[in-house]
Amino acid sequence: MPEMTYRDALNLALKEEMRRDPSIVVWGEDVALYEGSFKVSRGLLAEFGEERVLDTPISENTIIGVAVGAAMGGLRPVAELMTVNFALLAMDQIIDHMTKIRYMFGGQVNLPMVIRAPGGGGSQLAAQHSQSLETYFMHAPGMRVAYPATPADAKGLLKTAIRDNNPVMFLEHELLYNSKGEVPDDPESLVPFGKCDVKRSGTDITIVAYARMTILALQAAEELAKENISCEVVDLRTLAPLDAETFVASVKKTGRAVVVEECWKTCGLGGEIATRIYDGCFDSLRAPVRRVSGLDVPMPYSRKLEKLCIPQVADIVAVVKETMAAKY
Amino acid sequence: MKETSLRAILPDHELVRMYEQMVLCREFEESCAEQYTKGHITGFLHLYSGQEAVAVGSTHALHKDDYILSAYREHAQAIVRGAEPRRVMAELFGKATGICKGKGGSMHLFAPELAFMGGYAIVGGQFPIAVGLAFASKFRKEGRIAACFFGDGAVNQGTFHESLNWARLWELPVLFVCENNAYGIGTSVERSSALADIHKRTCGYDIPSVRVDGMDVMAVHAAVKWGAEWVREQNRPYLIEALTYRFRGHSMADPGKYRSAAEVELWKARDPLPAFAIRLIEEGIVTQAELGAIKQESIAIVQEAVTFAEESPWPEDGSVWEDIYA
Ligand SMILES: Cc1ncc(C[n+]2csc(CCOP(=O)(O)OP(=O)(O)O)c2C)c(N)n1
Ligand SMILES: [Mg+2]
Repeated sequence: MPEMTYRDALNLALKEEMRRDPSIVVWGEDVALYEGSFKVSRGLLAEFGEERVLDTPISENTIIGVAVGAAMGGLRPVAELMTVNFALLAMDQIIDHMTKIRYMFGGQVNLPMVIRAPGGGGSQLAAQHSQSLETYFMHAPGMRVAYPATPADAKGLLKTAIRDNNPVMFLEHELLYNSKGEVPDDPESLVPFGKCDVKRSGTDITIVAYARMTILALQAAEELAKENISCEVVDLRTLAPLDAETFVASVKKTGRAVVVEECWKTCGLGGEIATRIYDGCFDSLRAPVRRVSGLDVPMPYSRKLEKLCIPQVADIVAVVKETMAAKY
Repeated sequence: MKETSLRAILPDHELVRMYEQMVLCREFEESCAEQYTKGHITGFLHLYSGQEAVAVGSTHALHKDDYILSAYREHAQAIVRGAEPRRVMAELFGKATGICKGKGGSMHLFAPELAFMGGYAIVGGQFPIAVGLAFASKFRKEGRIAACFFGDGAVNQGTFHESLNWARLWELPVLFVCENNAYGIGTSVERSSALADIHKRTCGYDIPSVRVDGMDVMAVHAAVKWGAEWVREQNRPYLIEALTYRFRGHSMADPGKYRSAAEVELWKARDPLPAFAIRLIEEGIVTQAELGAIKQESIAIVQEAVTFAEESPWPEDGSVWEDIYA
């Protein structure tokens, strides 16, 4: 398998799918001529031309709304929001329209569309540009939400997203674009939605994470192994559908769980996952489920403060150790 | 047609002050670029070099208590309004002595004591806030107007259109100033706006507007002077489109490959600093030697700002929990 970056894996997924299906169109701010602000759409304009790869005005709500209409009209749009922060300007089309149209109209129409949105914190972009909004999208029924951690998952999940007949919010972590990994080159190798991936097997404790938090969890697991704590790291991969079966099975085996989430703690997805664990295997738990979360504050710019707001490897290590030491 | 002499418009000391501020802003921004390269400034950094005539010409034509709002390319707007360069630099370094205690950074400067009501990083976020400030001013009979600065890319956000309509409907004193630097990141105005003449876009809202040369500080000054007084007297919005250019990329991360070297050179030949300097000299308002001294003075101010930022303490960890609620 060739090694490539998360960015190139996404790029390859777009190219392969666009070659396969001429109804796929791509648009967003600076995606065509500029090739994307994170260069994920590099080479698309050159290969597929300006009929299929289009720059839009800075009009997020309409970027999504036009994609909704185009999907209704028989195309498969992949709309890019320059960053997930700007999804907040498009929440009306996303939540009020995209996720409701199928149901509200009695299942008579499908919206096969994808919204790609880079996000997450850690680059000192301050309060308006560092948000982790994944929970916002999970909260609304009617769309899928994917958030890959590795280049292989990035490629496989994006291809599944494009082929899915439902609207998909496809989140990408800005700090993972340069990360590298092996990626299958078979264009028919897809990663299914609704299937967690056990990224590391272990016996003492389960760490449930997603996207960049999976990478940090794996680093924490590596450190903890040196102290003879065996962690199983379960990567959610899709937040909706949420594959509780896999992480519950893992916790049944280990008896302990820590959830790592980059988003704000209050009403964050970690609460949902903890509840699913309690529902699914309360009897097997040997300690309460703990959460390592983003701090409930708007992101400060100063790098010294920013670091405190985003889960770090050391935080995961500490909470795992506390959970292991807890006696009940 | 002979140009009106500068002296007929403003007293010598104010003209010199305007030039000093343009030079200071340029030096400040170029120093920021250097500090970014050194890793002292992180995150996004959008520099104003090339657009100085807009901030300086406008600010000098407004009353001191008129509100100013801008986007994320706002260091110069804040400094010209009176923010201390050292505290702006400290903010960019993320230090506790920064103008927003290190919480905002480059894109989010704020100084209410100067009626500088913020730098906003969501394109188009400042429009309704400016309308709200104008409403408050009118309600409280303060006689201040809200000057709202924004880029050419921002005019395709719904908030632009909604705010124009609102300001006209409620008869509010908002001066909209578009800094049209020809691009929103890599997309030119022609490729993003159906009607590239941005000033004409107000006609659907019955709002008068004008286009000015944004590389000419006195042209900007004249337009804003007239526009601001009209807004104040009529309690109605007005829009000025200033044609300008950023000499650097969109942000430090942008190599700017979408602009030809010839285009950039053409605009650099219209650099507002030397253009204004020549007029000041021609009219005998400053000497060549004084120009040199102004530059040296600016360099010293910026160097002092960097030293101050470097030596300032980082924010205390506990401050992360402060300032969330009143
Ligand atoms: C709502 C929103 N969408 C997209 C962006 C990303 N973005 C930042 S600056 C920018 C271009 C804005 O161009 P313009 O208004 O012309 O201002 P300039 O940078 O030229 O000063 C874009 C698209 C953003 N910050 N906010
Ligand atoms: Mg612009």
